[in-house]
Amino acid sequence: MDFELMINSFPKLLNATLITLKLLSASLIFGLFIGLLFAILRINKNPIINKFAYGYSYVFRGTPLLVQIFIIYFGLGQIEYLRSTILWVVLKEPYWCAIIAFSLNTGAYTSEILRSAFQTIKPGIIEAGQSLGISSKIIFYKIQIPIAIRQSLPAYGNEIILMMKGTSLASTVTLMDLTGVAKYIISTTFKPIEVFIVAGGIYLFMTFIIHNVIKFLEKKYTY
Amino acid sequence: MELLSFGKTGWGDELLIATMMTIAVSITAMLVGFLFALIFTPLKLSKSKFLNLIGNSYTTVIRGVPELLVIYLFFFGGSGAVMYVASIFGYNEYIEINAFITGSFAIGIISGAYSTEVFRGAIQSIDKGQFEASKVLGLKKPVHFFKVIMPQMLRLAIPNLSNVWQITLKDTSLISVTGLVEIMRQSYIAAGSTRDPLFFYSFAAVLYLLLTYFSMKLINNLEVRYNRGY
Repeated sequence: MDFELMINSFPKLLNATLITLKLLSASLIFGLFIGLLFAILRINKNPIINKFAYGYSYVFRGTPLLVQIFIIYFGLGQIEYLRSTILWVVLKEPYWCAIIAFSLNTGAYTSEILRSAFQTIKPGIIEAGQSLGISSKIIFYKIQIPIAIRQSLPAYGNEIILMMKGTSLASTVTLMDLTGVAKYIISTTFKPIEVFIVAGGIYLFMTFIIHNVIKFLEKKYTY
Repeated sequence: MELLSFGKTGWGDELLIATMMTIAVSITAMLVGFLFALIFTPLKLSKSKFLNLIGNSYTTVIRGVPELLVIYLFFFGGSGAVMYVASIFGYNEYIEINAFITGSFAIGIISGAYSTEVFRGAIQSIDKGQFEASKVLGLKKPVHFFKVIMPQMLRLAIPNLSNVWQITLKDTSLISVTGLVEIMRQSYIAAGSTRDPLFFYSFAAVLYLLLTYFSMKLINNLEVRYNRGY
């Protein structure tokens, strides 16, 4: 055990954690919007819209995140047309490519979580709203969405943790996130166990925090 | 389509072999995972606090740490650990472990943590009366486990195991960082030499989709089989 290395690498790894957290929070925010949008499309009665949303979530859940990030980072740059548009400002940065890939991926999982939450809402609750003369828009925003969010909290907590682990793939597109820096230190010092303990410890700590925050929210919104 | 032709000019045969490799690694990793689950599920269910702690730390650590980090640990640490063990027995030559073994082992440990959770859940949801009944009948321990608990456990576990299979299958793409030529690595090589990453990575995505689609079909059949009589 090389304790000196562990102590020395801790600040470097902690610094890299900042990038991990940035990637995670950005992807979760975009992912939540994408997820909500596609969940609403999924419960739409129009079969074409419905199938489209299903196809989206099927493709993103059926392929590895690594493929998705590579297609966006390496693949899209190949299209000449894209290079001349304003989009290229975003797509040439590995940081934004990673965020786009993560958002689309977590969006697919989130849409599934929210869809099943929408579908488990008892029809009686919606009927009660209707019989009180509340407009269907308000029923949706003030009754269905809050209930669905509460229902999906436990599953969404798992998704946050999975996404946090997913951000480690940013290191494959040259970003120096926690895993990227850990790999760099391992490959220069050849002390994998020490670095693994420190980096893994930081990840576990984040998992612990997320887990407890979700648990707290679950308790708070229990009805 | 020319890019996918078989033979010297196309990448079809290489990608086919790479797909076989992905399947081989996934199956090996899944089996290694079952082995780990077989060890750790009893620990998690045990009445001893200490054994519980060991079982829980395994699943918590593995499920809380990115897969890529675990793979790096095995990739950089694997041959060192084996060489250390070998040196105890007096063998001091350099040993390099095959990327297939390192990869399947790393993914297997990850997959094992998920399988452990699935088996634990399945055993816990078997009716208590079943355990008591087989005790009252005086069944021997192996008979009790293999003939009474296991068939019921499998029926409950299969739907969740199919999720573990999906996760494992997708995780194998991460082994490409160690240089093992599976779908992702082969696409990377092909993309590099043809300068057509969009095509090859999209094709890799299609291959993974096909794999998940057909394996789900197979598992659904199994599910029906184990649900006979329910």
